[in-house]
Amino acid sequence: MKTHGFDFCGARLSALPSGGLFWPDQGLLVVSDLHFGKSARLSAVGGAQLPPYETRETLLRLEADIEATGAGRVICLGDSFDAVGLDAALPEDDRLWITRLQAGRDWTWIEGNHDPGPVSLGGTHLAEVRLGPLVFRHIASDAAAEVSGHYHPKARLALRGGALSRPCFLVDARRLILPAYGAYTGGLSCKRAPLCDMMGPDALAILTGPQPVPVPVARLT
Amino acid sequence: MLERAGAPATVLIAPTGGGKTLAGFLPTLAELARGGHGGLHTLYVSPLKALASDIKRNLLVPIEEAGLPIRVEDRTGDTPSSRKRRQRADPPHILLTTPESLALLTSYEDAPRMFAGLQRVVVDEIHALAESKRGDQLMLALARLQQICPGLRRVGLSATVEDPAAIARFLAKHPDPCEIVQADPGPNPDIAMLACDQAPPWSGGGAAYAIPAVLEQVKRHKTTLIFHNTRAQAEIFFHNLWLANEEALPIGIHHGSLDRGQREKVEQAMVRGDLRAIVCTGSLDLGIDWGDVDLVIQIGAPKNVKRLVQRIGRANHRYNAPSKALLVPANRFEVVECVAALEAVKAHDLDGDGRGDGPRDVLCQHILIAACAGPFEADALYAEMTSAGPYAGLTRAGFDACLQFCATGGYALRAYDQWQRLMQRPDGLWQLRDPRSAVRIRQNIGTIQDTDTLKVKWRGRGGAPLGEIEEGFAASLTPGDTFLIGGQIVRYAGLRELVVEVTRDPGRKPKIATFNGTKFATSTQLSQRILRMFQSGDWGALPAHTAEWLRLQSAVSRLPEPGRLLVETFPQDGRQQMVVYGFAGRNAQQTLGLLLTKRMEELGLAPMGFVSTDYATLIWGLDAVTDPAPLFDLDRLEAGLDDWLAGNAVMKRTFRASATIAGLIERQVGGQRKTGRQATMSSDILYDTLLKYDPDHLLMQITREEAMRGLIDFDRLREMCARVGGRIDHVALDRVTPLAAPLFLEPGRVPVRGSAEERLLQEEITKLMDDSGLAQITV
Repeated sequence: MKTHGFDFCGARLSALPSGGLFWPDQGLLVVSDLHFGKSARLSAVGGAQLPPYETRETLLRLEADIEATGAGRVICLGDSFDAVGLDAALPEDDRLWITRLQAGRDWTWIEGNHDPGPVSLGGTHLAEVRLGPLVFRHIASDAAAEVSGHYHPKARLALRGGALSRPCFLVDARRLILPAYGAYTGGLSCKRAPLCDMMGPDALAILTGPQPVPVPVARLT
Repeated sequence: MLERAGAPATVLIAPTGGGKTLAGFLPTLAELARGGHGGLHTLYVSPLKALASDIKRNLLVPIEEAGLPIRVEDRTGDTPSSRKRRQRADPPHILLTTPESLALLTSYEDAPRMFAGLQRVVVDEIHALAESKRGDQLMLALARLQQICPGLRRVGLSATVEDPAAIARFLAKHPDPCEIVQADPGPNPDIAMLACDQAPPWSGGGAAYAIPAVLEQVKRHKTTLIFHNTRAQAEIFFHNLWLANEEALPIGIHHGSLDRGQREKVEQAMVRGDLRAIVCTGSLDLGIDWGDVDLVIQIGAPKNVKRLVQRIGRANHRYNAPSKALLVPANRFEVVECVAALEAVKAHDLDGDGRGDGPRDVLCQHILIAACAGPFEADALYAEMTSAGPYAGLTRAGFDACLQFCATGGYALRAYDQWQRLMQRPDGLWQLRDPRSAVRIRQNIGTIQDTDTLKVKWRGRGGAPLGEIEEGFAASLTPGDTFLIGGQIVRYAGLRELVVEVTRDPGRKPKIATFNGTKFATSTQLSQRILRMFQSGDWGALPAHTAEWLRLQSAVSRLPEPGRLLVETFPQDGRQQMVVYGFAGRNAQQTLGLLLTKRMEELGLAPMGFVSTDYATLIWGLDAVTDPAPLFDLDRLEAGLDDWLAGNAVMKRTFRASATIAGLIERQVGGQRKTGRQATMSSDILYDTLLKYDPDHLLMQITREEAMRGLIDFDRLREMCARVGGRIDHVALDRVTPLAAPLFLEPGRVPVRGSAEERLLQEEITKLMDDSGLAQITV
């Protein structure tokens, strides 16, 4: 797996192709905005019935990242479920799968704006986590050295003969925002409000994909 | 028409200007003149909103002159909602509408009351509707109406077509007979190629060389319609025409990407006779009476003889005078195509391709519409649907799969049993589980696919938008780039709130905006004529410059030959290019492009994309193809066909259209787009998920069917390979050839997302690192 290593507020971090963040010194894997159960929620309110496979697709990726990194610690950075109570409605297979992933690992669910935390599942439930120099929470605040999610940042880059658009990490001196990890998630261009106003002028976007690559936000279209 | 007033179904075929619309209404006027009919009597359906209001004007004249007690109203997406409500409570005698508005009407619970007493339905421009899903949807709606009013009589009004019986089968209630009335086709058109002092260029689609000659023709005629095949070409031509228009003749432009207000202004000016010429696209193809047109000029190859004949009919609305038309080839290849088309028109050799059974995504939408109107019985709905011409061959299993999709999503994984969209009641009837979902279903009625477009406005000034451009094109712009819209060169200033802001910038050479207008494929018959002309070596009918160009091609490379396949390779634009002259038609060439790029990706040749025309496919990539022969192993290619479904842009585009029509993806309406768009995942994700977990899902089947019918045309590819039988002529050159040059200006380039994209991304990153010293920066 090709990753992109970078320094953030004194921590050496690694951006994974999937949109996960790995902190080798701490053996920590961070993923944000899993949005499990999105298709179920949409159909419950009378909307379209999307292919009901996003939970297993997301779990498959998560399992692969945990195996590849050997993470002993996992933080789900909020909006792990698409709505309150969906954790209880999770199919039994998927629930067992999550339990299997949790076995032997320190697992933390951070509260999101869609879910206050999947209380029916094991693991620790917290509003935020401090670890070394960094603080982890769902929505960015004014604090420095903060790792957050919520906005589903996406980057668009003009290439020879076309453009390419991918979910991305956003990082500047104070702040790191993770892309959405879930299978059924759209994105917000980092050139649009509020993302464009949140980051410093020298912010970098790290594009996800087979080889994560850093691009100055100023160079994006 | 009066003689046949009682027939259950009639198709009237007449050239433009034959007064056929009024003829279609004659029985209605006669029946209503007798008085005593309460409520709706006749429904008129046309593909264009503008046509409905135009017909209303024309109908009101005889009605008012004769003092008939007949109420005529139109109803389209633009009708105010207060009037729409009143029309449902108190319908007029004659209602003029569009297929989408009619489908919406049939979705209301009170539809049986509104349509009670309906006697006749008149379908205008049925030849155009019969070629699209809009027509399929309309026929399903008529089947619904026929249930409500068993005595309903149908009349279809059609321009000249090659197969009137197919139109008749399309219109009539299956298996009822349908009468075909052929009006006198009138005198042969007066049609020729426009003679110019200057020869057309070797490539390009602008036809700028012909501007002086076209202006001269405009001066000599009262009103000239100047047709183009694409909106981009219309823009460029209009721009150049104005630069040369020293006498400032009033000339307007009209195409589907222009703001509605601007289009209406042009239409009104034209009806008043204020304009001497209108540069236009297919948006003026349908039969609105635009005043006294006495000349039609077709810029660019006509692609399809039938459509050419219909366009020519727009000139001269007097029945007995020949229509006058001039063809202007935009480049030398098109000279060949124009000459072939002229021969075909003279021989009355119209072309056309059968359309096959009605597509099932439209069927899914219709089931949801039926559920909105009230609980239904599956058997009855199936019987009703198979009475629609396009769906006469629908099997019960095919119907059941659609019903299942509408009810539960139809997934192999039974996930939605508790949240079904439709559920079966204990008495066996189907109904919406949640009645509120009717609102969402109604918002998504229709089969017209909008591409994602962005409005273009002047920066720092209010006022109406100039028009729209495709989002993909907007994404490729960087501030300072210039492009053409509404006949003006504008400079891209930036994107704000999903509006493209531009400033004025005359004088710089503009980029060519891509608009997703209808792109016609050259018909099989026309392609065959062209190939025969190449093969004959008798180029007497061609102008000297074109014959010379073909000779040049033979000298530099060679001309495509029967029973052989010509493949050229050369570097151009910093990439390695390969051109395959298959003459298999646009769709098969497109498939060839898909399959070849897949093989090339496997062989590590890093293809980046391709573009296809009716006669050739151009593929570009990072590495040169030195031995093309192994690429054309048919078995290998065919084996790749299934794999290839695994993720190319064309399939995803097809999936997106079908999934939207079938109701899996909801269109975003009104202000929703602005706020909700960012959070919406792309349909590509759904496609990838289904491919991985549920590849036999109904929508994947429909996507394959659609692609097989429309975009793949594998039969012609197989036929081409059989014809060639491995006789491949590879010509490696150091520069582009005369015959290949036009391909570089073709719109509709399909990107290949493979290793080349990663390589380019790395290239760009390396450049960025070097440019900015980024490698040294740590945040």
